[in-house]
Amino acid sequence: MINRDGQLGRALSALRRDPLALTGSLVLVVLVVVGVGGAWLAPSGINEVDVDRMLQPPSWAHPFGTDELGRDVLSRVMVAARVSLQVGLVSVGIALTVGVTLGLFAGYYRGWLDNVVMRCMDVLFAFPVLLLAVAIVAVLGPGLLTAMVAIGVVYTPIFARVTRAGVLSVREQVFVRAAVSVGASDLRIMRRHVLPNIAAPLIVQTSLSLAFAILSEAALSFLGLGVQPPDPAWGRMLFDGRGFVTEAWWLGVFPGAAIFLTVLAFNLVGDALRDVLDPRQLTVNEARRSTS
Amino acid sequence: MSEVVAALDDLAVWFPTAAGVVRAVDGVSLQIRRGETLGLVGESGSGKSTTGLALLRLVDPTAGTVRVAGEDVTRWSRRQLRTLRRRVAMVFQDPQASLDPRLTIGASIAEPLIVHRLVDGAAARRRRVDELLDMVGLRGDLADRHPHELSGGQRQRVGIARALAGEPDLIVLDEPIASLDLSVQAQIMNLLRRLQRDLGLTYLFIAHDLAAVEHMSDRMAVMYLGRIVESGTPTQIWQAPAHPYTAALLSAVPVADPQVERDRRRIILSGDIPSPVDPPGGCRFRTRCPQARPECAETDPVLAEVAPEHRAACLFAGEAVRAMRAA
Amino acid sequence: MKPVLAVEDLTVTIDTRRGPARAVAGVDWAVRPGETLALVGESGSGKSMSVLAATGLAPRTARVSGRIHLLDTELTGLPEQRRRRLRGRHVGFVFQDPMTSLNPVLTVGRQVVEAAQEHLGLTRRAARSRAVELLDLVGIPSAGQRVDAYPHQFSGGMRQRVVIAMALACEPDLLIADEPTTALDVTTQAQIVELVADLQRRLGTAVVWITHDLGVVAGIADTVAVMYAGRILEQGPVDAVFGAPSHPYTRALLAARPDPAAGDADLVTIAGAPPSPLDLPPGCAFWPRCPVRGDARCEHEMPPLVPVSAGHQVRTFYPQATDRRD
Repeated sequence: MINRDGQLGRALSALRRDPLALTGSLVLVVLVVVGVGGAWLAPSGINEVDVDRMLQPPSWAHPFGTDELGRDVLSRVMVAARVSLQVGLVSVGIALTVGVTLGLFAGYYRGWLDNVVMRCMDVLFAFPVLLLAVAIVAVLGPGLLTAMVAIGVVYTPIFARVTRAGVLSVREQVFVRAAVSVGASDLRIMRRHVLPNIAAPLIVQTSLSLAFAILSEAALSFLGLGVQPPDPAWGRMLFDGRGFVTEAWWLGVFPGAAIFLTVLAFNLVGDALRDVLDPRQLTVNEARRSTS
Repeated sequence: MSEVVAALDDLAVWFPTAAGVVRAVDGVSLQIRRGETLGLVGESGSGKSTTGLALLRLVDPTAGTVRVAGEDVTRWSRRQLRTLRRRVAMVFQDPQASLDPRLTIGASIAEPLIVHRLVDGAAARRRRVDELLDMVGLRGDLADRHPHELSGGQRQRVGIARALAGEPDLIVLDEPIASLDLSVQAQIMNLLRRLQRDLGLTYLFIAHDLAAVEHMSDRMAVMYLGRIVESGTPTQIWQAPAHPYTAALLSAVPVADPQVERDRRRIILSGDIPSPVDPPGGCRFRTRCPQARPECAETDPVLAEVAPEHRAACLFAGEAVRAMRAA
Repeated sequence: MKPVLAVEDLTVTIDTRRGPARAVAGVDWAVRPGETLALVGESGSGKSMSVLAATGLAPRTARVSGRIHLLDTELTGLPEQRRRRLRGRHVGFVFQDPMTSLNPVLTVGRQVVEAAQEHLGLTRRAARSRAVELLDLVGIPSAGQRVDAYPHQFSGGMRQRVVIAMALACEPDLLIADEPTTALDVTTQAQIVELVADLQRRLGTAVVWITHDLGVVAGIADTVAVMYAGRILEQGPVDAVFGAPSHPYTRALLAARPDPAAGDADLVTIAGAPPSPLDLPPGCAFWPRCPVRGDARCEHEMPPLVPVSAGHQVRTFYPQATDRRD
């Protein structure tokens, strides 16, 4: 759906030219490597409790220091990357699937369906993000899975809106009318003509939402509503480290930095993609190529 | 007389808008016979394009009937309409806009084949696409290109190939040459005529370009404000227009000959085409007609025969045109 | 009479990402007071670009060379600010799409006199009455009331009249009309053509009319230049060019239009499409599509513009005027 005529290729080459976006993508690559291989790459086990080396500051043996139970902070930050990635991908995956489907049908068929779907989305959208997530977790009980579902629900309206806006403009294009005129079914037109032509804003929205989803998970875990101890999560580590800010700054700073870097990286890449894949930019380029 | 492929009977297409109900088409009847080209000419707002869309049921008729191949399709369901759109195909004005920028040329042409399951298998489909490209004078390797890599004329050939794919009974050509360069317009008109001769196609040729419609058509109809005001053979219309609007339209067409242009007297219509939300009562043309008389405000003239095959909707058909030209 | 605007050896090269595109190459033309010069050609022929470059409106990426005279001033090399002042004072523009030439949030009255206020220093009161006068001049009914209306309240033809009024506000010596009737219906086109011809008679304005429509040219032009791939292939008095078209391209263009008097034969076509300005053929740019190819040199050498009759020039190696009415 994304790469049928080199949109991804164009995106990659543009990323290479933009140093900020390149930095962002490198951070993401590191994150993925650590996320996938964290358990093997980590210098020590995440739950190796050692009372002899409690709250040690960063050193060669423990670059990020140790926590109040003597566990290696670096290892815990690395393993927690997997949680963040998982939450990001699953929750944004939920939001993307549900939001795009709703937005697609609402925008394509308009009428009462559009009204019902979009008013529901408006209601969801009106709640503060975290409050809504907390409410959902309160109903379903805390845990990683609930956190992912909650975050997915929270971000669904954005995808529905972005999709609907794209569908509304694409469905007025002559080529959609041409597809109707050859007898193509509605589903075929949506899949074959509408979706590929709104891929650009969706890709951008996905990268931005990944950043916010990771942030939301951190916040939920910080509030004790996400990942449960002893499993590591960046937000949870931040929460646990708050009691030691004065004597052990490294407990909060390193997971905080990990959150900061990840969110920043997704935002940088998202902004760059927005510039490259902007539909107006796209038409200008194509028009230029076709007239020259 | 040969078989009627498609017919409109007292068709009306109204659109509700914020400004009121737009009567885009308001009582149009016409018949298209197998193997002929019916030309439909008019200015913007005349309803000519909407009439074409109604034949594929791309707009919903407010009143009247649409018949295709003997069947009344006016109330057909969505599912039935898909089969209608194999029988009636369409070529659009802007070939760039009518091709999906993300699909290859081959994929666009193959769409009717896939939708109507006309050929089995990718290899057979590819052969059929090659054949269609060849029919419209394009090389087979263009199938793998994207629309932006083609020239305007090539894109319009692709649009025609797509319309041919389902072997339709009727092709609606909606301003197929209007956005092309002059030298390319001639190529496309010749191609359309050659295809018609070779394949026995039936066309509804919709255009604002009177000379092009005259050249392409066996019979033609002139539309004004949602109505047909005159119909006949191109020769009848060109040489002896009976409706004042047709005469004014003809006199406005510039001729590429400076001597003719210097000597000719134009009938310049005053003002603009009235709003289709609130068309004038009586004859719709009377507000701009140089020969309007009191009766024109009271009677809405119907199409009446002025010669065999030649009809005009004017209370003073023929007479008004003679008076205009003498003035 | 001295020309209002004259260009000599005008060349415009536009730098694109895929290399330099030569949009206009060695073009000469001139337009005198009260006269209409028509520039004819298909898209990409350089007809618009040559006029934009001559009036200093070419895009920033364009390199313009050659000599450009507006009245008594040589424009090339003048500082941008002076050029802009001269242009604003002496040249009026009418473009294809009247809607994009007008600002939707200002009344037509204000837009019509905006330029005049700047260049002639009119008071508010004087400006308003001048606006009414101009709208009246271009045939807008009840101009006194319409002066306070907004562009969307006008029809396409009326909007183009407003744009013409705007162009005439400074009483320019030259009116540039770039496809001004292409977006209009044929009956409206006839109105606009008539209006410009009438204004020209009354005001003595010189007009450069850019179009692809040979019929319009026959009706309005005194002289014609037929352009193809950035060059003039044929130019001269309108009667000479239409009566004895001498370049294969001009002849083909004239034959490509359906002629209701000419029976049912297929149209004469020109095979292929115009070349890309990034990749022009070495010799005559029309050679790849030329049905005549009358000289072996055409393929590799650019033919010169040679006179075939008074003021009538053709780019060819084998000048022989043929009368189209034969």
